[in-house]
Amino acid sequence: MLEINGLNSHYGPVQVIHDINLGVHAGELVALVGGNGAGKTTLLHTLSSLHPASAGSISFDGVDITRWPSHRIVAAGVCQVPEGRQVFAPLSVEDNLRLGAYRQYSDPSWVRQELGRVYHLFPILHERRRQPAGTLSGGQQQMLAIGRALLGRPRLLLLDEPSMGLAPLLVEEIFRVIVELNRQGVTILLVEQNARAALAIAERGYILETGRMVKAAPATELLADDDVRRAYLGY
Amino acid sequence: MLEQIFQFLVTGVTVGSIYALVGLGFALIYNASDVVNFAQGEFVMLGAMNAIALLAAGLPLPLAAIAAVLLTALVGLLLERLAIEPAKGASVITTIIITIGAAIFLRGVASLLWGKNSLPLPAFSGDEPIQLGGATLLPQSLWVLGGTIVLVALVHAFFNRTLLGKALLACSFNRTAAQLVGINVQVMLRLAYGLSAGLGAIAGILVAPITFSSYEAGIMLGLKGFSAAIVGGIGNPMGAVAGGLLLGMLEALGAGLISSGYKDAIAFIFVLMVLFFEPTGLFGHKAAERV
Repeated sequence: MLEINGLNSHYGPVQVIHDINLGVHAGELVALVGGNGAGKTTLLHTLSSLHPASAGSISFDGVDITRWPSHRIVAAGVCQVPEGRQVFAPLSVEDNLRLGAYRQYSDPSWVRQELGRVYHLFPILHERRRQPAGTLSGGQQQMLAIGRALLGRPRLLLLDEPSMGLAPLLVEEIFRVIVELNRQGVTILLVEQNARAALAIAERGYILETGRMVKAAPATELLADDDVRRAYLGY
Repeated sequence: MLEQIFQFLVTGVTVGSIYALVGLGFALIYNASDVVNFAQGEFVMLGAMNAIALLAAGLPLPLAAIAAVLLTALVGLLLERLAIEPAKGASVITTIIITIGAAIFLRGVASLLWGKNSLPLPAFSGDEPIQLGGATLLPQSLWVLGGTIVLVALVHAFFNRTLLGKALLACSFNRTAAQLVGINVQVMLRLAYGLSAGLGAIAGILVAPITFSSYEAGIMLGLKGFSAAIVGGIGNPMGAVAGGLLLGMLEALGAGLISSGYKDAIAFIFVLMVLFFEPTGLFGHKAAERV
């Protein structure tokens, strides 16, 4: 479904992403693991065209989307939950969700139905739907960011560090939802620093180090790999 | 004395309405991009001058007014497309300086097109003053008030009731997230400039029969509108309206009770006082954000 070939990305003269190859098949849950500054967020920003690729190609469903503008990529069904949630703080929770469906204006009945589904998935969002999003706790903002992306009708959901800054119990809750979404048929690329949690729910994993892909293997294999264990799992 | 004060207030509300409309234009662009558009006053001037020129060219007044608003909106759109968009990625300060340049350019073009004299626009429904209590009121003042009420209600509904309006707000709250939900930020900016130019043009046309217009009429109106916007808390459209009305009434009272020579000084001193005691404006939101 998603095919990345020889992708490079620069910030000014500094190359952040080096010749990345990565694939995600329809229905999969794939984890991309790496430490701070490995280039995970840059890779996702390049995928959503927030940042231009300097070489290589990205294709989605066999169509080259490398040079597409962000809004077109979203309309095609690649939705991202950005790092640090990035909710529209002064707007209400419900407005945030409705803006998530900005590209789905032609199908209001689907939006209504999906809104109900998101509220069912995260009841706390329903309870607080009239509150400004900025007044939610970190965990609730993460739920809102996920819900907002779901209203974009994703076929491929990109998640950037959903566990960042959350208490262990909340991380568990968020990851349970990610598994549930995947089971319902959403293809997921999960980018995480929390390697253990991410690899535990993924089918396959990639390891990114200083902008280069160093390993690609089934998640169980990576969890058992000595190098990976030492570097990312801490035992 | 009481009658006199009532008269000042009536004048103040009329002038304040215009400041409010200009301030609303500032808020619109600020809400989409965090940029203060210093060509806003020039939109007001262009609206009036376009209408005067089209009327002189033989168009009936209503048609000339509508065409002038559309023409000015087009100028706003082109300004975004030709001057703001090429500087994509530039800092807010750079963009603000571009708008100052654009204002000088528009003023220059206006002086070449229409000369340097003040030109009148006939009042929409006659010059026969209306007696109201002890005060007299020009019929045009009623047009100004009515127009302001309608436009303020429309802008309020746009931001609070429509997804498009909220998408415009989203662009300034969080540009990255706006792009990630599929909002075309570029198109939103063009929309903001077009709407704000149209809004400014309407203000200019409404007030031109009272104050006349000239190529440099936009300077003071722009500054007063900007003051209205910051007094009300920039980015808050209804704050800009309140700020404009407040400013207009203070000016009229100051001019009447103290001296008309101090009219502008009173307005600007008021702005400085507000910024000194309430840096976010009287109605600016100071919402706490949890991160």
